[in-house]
Amino acid sequence: MNKTWNNGAWFMVLPVLLIVALNAVVPLMTVVNYSVQETFGDNLFFFEGARWFRDVLASERFHASLGRQFVFTGIILAIEIPLGVAIALAMPRGGIWASVCLVLMALPLLIPWNVVGAMWNIFALPDIGLLGYGLNWLGFDYNFTRQPLSAWFTVVLMDVWHWTSLVVLLAYAGLRSIDDSYYQAARIDGASRWAVFRFIQLPKLKHVLTIAFLLRFMDSFMIYTEPFVLTGGGPGNTTTFLSIDLVKAALGEFNLGIAAAMSLIYFLMTLLVCWLFYTLMMQGSEKS
Amino acid sequence: MTRLRWLIPTVYILFLMLPIYWLLIMSFKTTNEILGGFSAWPQNFTVESYVEIFTDPTWYNGYINSITYVAINTVISVAFALPAAYAFSRYRFLGDKHLFFWLLTNRMAPPAVFALPFLQLYSAMGLFDTHLAVALSHCLFNIPLAVWILEGFMSGVPKEIDETAYIDGYSFPRFFTRIFMPLVASGIGVTAFFCFMFSWVELLLAKTLTSVEAKPIAAVMTRTASTSGYELGLLAAAGVLTIIPGAIVIWFVRNYIAKGFALGRV
Repeated sequence: MNKTWNNGAWFMVLPVLLIVALNAVVPLMTVVNYSVQETFGDNLFFFEGARWFRDVLASERFHASLGRQFVFTGIILAIEIPLGVAIALAMPRGGIWASVCLVLMALPLLIPWNVVGAMWNIFALPDIGLLGYGLNWLGFDYNFTRQPLSAWFTVVLMDVWHWTSLVVLLAYAGLRSIDDSYYQAARIDGASRWAVFRFIQLPKLKHVLTIAFLLRFMDSFMIYTEPFVLTGGGPGNTTTFLSIDLVKAALGEFNLGIAAAMSLIYFLMTLLVCWLFYTLMMQGSEKS
Repeated sequence: MTRLRWLIPTVYILFLMLPIYWLLIMSFKTTNEILGGFSAWPQNFTVESYVEIFTDPTWYNGYINSITYVAINTVISVAFALPAAYAFSRYRFLGDKHLFFWLLTNRMAPPAVFALPFLQLYSAMGLFDTHLAVALSHCLFNIPLAVWILEGFMSGVPKEIDETAYIDGYSFPRFFTRIFMPLVASGIGVTAFFCFMFSWVELLLAKTLTSVEAKPIAAVMTRTASTSGYELGLLAAAGVLTIIPGAIVIWFVRNYIAKGFALGRV
């Protein structure tokens, strides 16, 4: 659409700008303020320069939670994206069954995150949960409150349960936007199922999959509530991801300087990915 | 191969339903039975947990609090986002692209980063432990989301409609409310749904900004889990009740939900 140049449009954007600025700029400045100061209580602050940033970047603890974060995000992306596309390909094309599938699949997305954690806790308890009891009955030695491996398995499975539907929904919407004439042409050419996927469906899915990939990346990167309720970051620190570590430092230990510096480093990382997302998405919509 | 295709979604949906089924049957068991051992079906079927939730004010007030701030947030988000989304979809102005990107960064910002500053900001404003504080803080991610989704829907409405309306002598407010808003009604519905959803599922900020008066149901649940021992039946019943509002509204937006997640861009 060709848009007219009109700086008066600023007045329509102003209310949004003000309310988001209140929520984004003021807290961010507070964080910046803390990140360069030291406090001994009584509202006495001393300028510390870049000390907290150096401390955070050099700390083993930060490296460990950042590492866990990347491993977690990598695993769930590797499972959820292909699985979501496969399910979307097998879904009914329309009619009442498609609606029923969509509604049932979307259900996990609407459950409060702490309930997701609590639900999986009950589901995975080794003595009384269906999953935990079942796995032990099958002969696996499974206890997610004691064994790091079991805890990771449960957290990853929970995230797959919670968010694969997002990929399914997006991929399904992308597939529905493909015109039938493409499939007819493919049938006339005698194209194989794989060729149809590779040359018709996949290119059409590129745009929605970009969105799915980056949404899942960002959201898993800031995951907090579900693993916190499920495992509390344990056993030990084995499922302490970035956000959990950050909240521990800020609200638990009240290490304001360290927490603030960590927040800013964390925020810059998400900002970088966000910019990538924006650029890719805008390229996609300009082409279509 | 193609004949067995229906198996894949079916197995997936079964997998999705299993934990929900477990939560549901737990909510009908007595605490003694739950802790007594494994059983796939309640031996002594009881609705005691539900009765307790509906009669104990600390429990049902949690639901009322959650629904209150979610509703306030949805109204604020949609009302503020409507004109802004119109501006983005119809006009070019100084810094529009930067502003649009900046809005998106707030949707992507980790709430954990903002928890402590929010606590101080809303305490300083005298709003700590009010519904308004939670509603306003959820605007951080819901307003950008609303602007993005609405902009996607509005861009689908041809600009000629605006121009025709002006030629016919409509003033801008009248055109916007009488002609334009009905045209993007489905977009407004989907946006409201997404604002509802993300405010409903969020816990970290809602918990940080409240203590007694506006305590959300999610926080009541976490408190129960930690202090009053192990009342799993009660916890399960409370969990089941949080799923119901989502399950009801989802049916109305089933055909648009993917478009919403793609921020209006499928």
